[in-house]
Amino acid sequence: MKNGWRNSTFKVNFYSWLFLLPSLIFLTIFTFYPILKTIYQSFFQSMQGEHDSVFIGLDNYKYLMEDEVFWEVIKNNIWYALGTVPTSIILAMMMACFVNAKIRAKSWIRTFFFYPTVIPTIAIANIWLFIYTPGYGLINHILSWFGIGSVNFLGQSETVMAAMIVMIVWKQAGYFMIFYLAGLQNIPTNLYEVAKIEGTSAWNTFKTITFPLLMPTTLFVFIISLTNAFKLVDHIIVMTQGGPNNASNLLLYYIYQVAFRFWDKGLASALTVIMLMIMVIIAVIQFFSLDRKIHYS
Amino acid sequence: MKRIFRFCMYFLALLWVIPLLWLIWTAIRPSQLATSLSFSVDFTLDNFIDAWQKAPFAQYYLNTFYIVFGILIVQLITATLAAYVFARLNFWGKKVIFILILVQLMIPIDVLIFPNYNVLRDLSLLNTKLGIMIPYFATAFGIFLLRQRFKSVPYELEEVAKLEGCGILETIWKVYVPLAKPTYIAFGLVSVSYHWSSFLWPLIVTDSAQNRPLTVGLSLFAQSFETGAQWAEVSAATFMVIFPLLLAFFIFQKEFISSFMQSGIK
Repeated sequence: MKNGWRNSTFKVNFYSWLFLLPSLIFLTIFTFYPILKTIYQSFFQSMQGEHDSVFIGLDNYKYLMEDEVFWEVIKNNIWYALGTVPTSIILAMMMACFVNAKIRAKSWIRTFFFYPTVIPTIAIANIWLFIYTPGYGLINHILSWFGIGSVNFLGQSETVMAAMIVMIVWKQAGYFMIFYLAGLQNIPTNLYEVAKIEGTSAWNTFKTITFPLLMPTTLFVFIISLTNAFKLVDHIIVMTQGGPNNASNLLLYYIYQVAFRFWDKGLASALTVIMLMIMVIIAVIQFFSLDRKIHYS
Repeated sequence: MKRIFRFCMYFLALLWVIPLLWLIWTAIRPSQLATSLSFSVDFTLDNFIDAWQKAPFAQYYLNTFYIVFGILIVQLITATLAAYVFARLNFWGKKVIFILILVQLMIPIDVLIFPNYNVLRDLSLLNTKLGIMIPYFATAFGIFLLRQRFKSVPYELEEVAKLEGCGILETIWKVYVPLAKPTYIAFGLVSVSYHWSSFLWPLIVTDSAQNRPLTVGLSLFAQSFETGAQWAEVSAATFMVIFPLLLAFFIFQKEFISSFMQSGIK
């Protein structure tokens, strides 16, 4: 028979590996090899263009531990995460509950919430640059109606982080809403019927039924938004270049600066290793939270 | 209580749509009016024409199309083959390989900009479209998505194909691919919109207009002006970049939303 290959262990193994090969080759070249190479390179001192690199052990890391900019960047990134993650989650949950209810213009509202998801971050940065511009930007126009003078949101270190956080929340909340909409559809409707018969208030229904049953979705959204807080830096290039005075500099942008502005290979590698460690920590959090979910169900 | 919530949410929806409306409003009005909020009925397409002439947006469009669909086509092939293997075959080393592929979900390629730049330099692929595309040719996300779908295909269908004398590739093509069509559409929409938006990586890799995608072209165009000097033109250019995505989104809204939904459900 022509298709006897399934009966032969050798042939099954052969086809399996053959079909996996394309994926494995690209994964090796652009994920596994770079990870190992960058860990190795982080123990060397070398500038771009110079071929000799000197083994310096942990000196790159020691340098970072004493580098003020590095700590500023880490601090900023933590604030960025603290600002974007909970706010996006709460807004997304509210949006989903609202869009899921019987309301007027439902599909329009859903569209309004979701459309920022499909716009490139770089285009969003252009739009919000105009919104935040001092003098004649949209927000300053509105402030001037109330007699408040011009504020340079992106130009001062006190406001720049908040301005970026608002923009990112605007960009991603509608995306997370989608997951909550899916989560809401999985909640059995008879639970709500029971709540209705018992005369439970809307808030109590949310607290005792909706919120706990959405917990798996919340964990999932938490992980994506936390990853986003370290991945989304495109807007910095157009809006602030990390300034003023590194007040809006984030880890990935700092890697970009060190690697492609200062051309310090060793330091850029050490920074990338720190970024990888953060990604692994997030994955561990995800692993354990998923584990919990299984125990609950 | 309920009323207050609803009022707040309608207000929030309004807030959410204002940036887009404001972008369009700025783009279609004479550029000297861009910095004022004054209302008038002036309408012009000059900003679009100016922007189109001042920077090679046609070239950028072509590049973006080339990159986005190039990535998608290769991804579909690599992911389909790997997904079939994981869904249907038992082979030596399956668990180890599966975990290795999980690593890509854990560590997004986007954070490996610096090491991957070096890999690209060693391969002499800097400043090429292939260089922008190649790191994304393998997609763990696509493999997992398709594997889920393939697993739910009744095994009897494969038996039938076998009896009719189909080889392994023919079986995948005739049985699995047609049945997974919605999954392919979902994956395609997510992949295309993701790579259309991609910015930092192409910025690093390219240094000529010949290879730059729209996002990089747009940022260079926006940065070539003094702040605020050419708002109307930058708005018009921004709108040109997002228009195909918005149009596709409005036409395929249901597909988009369910695709992005699937991108989360594992």
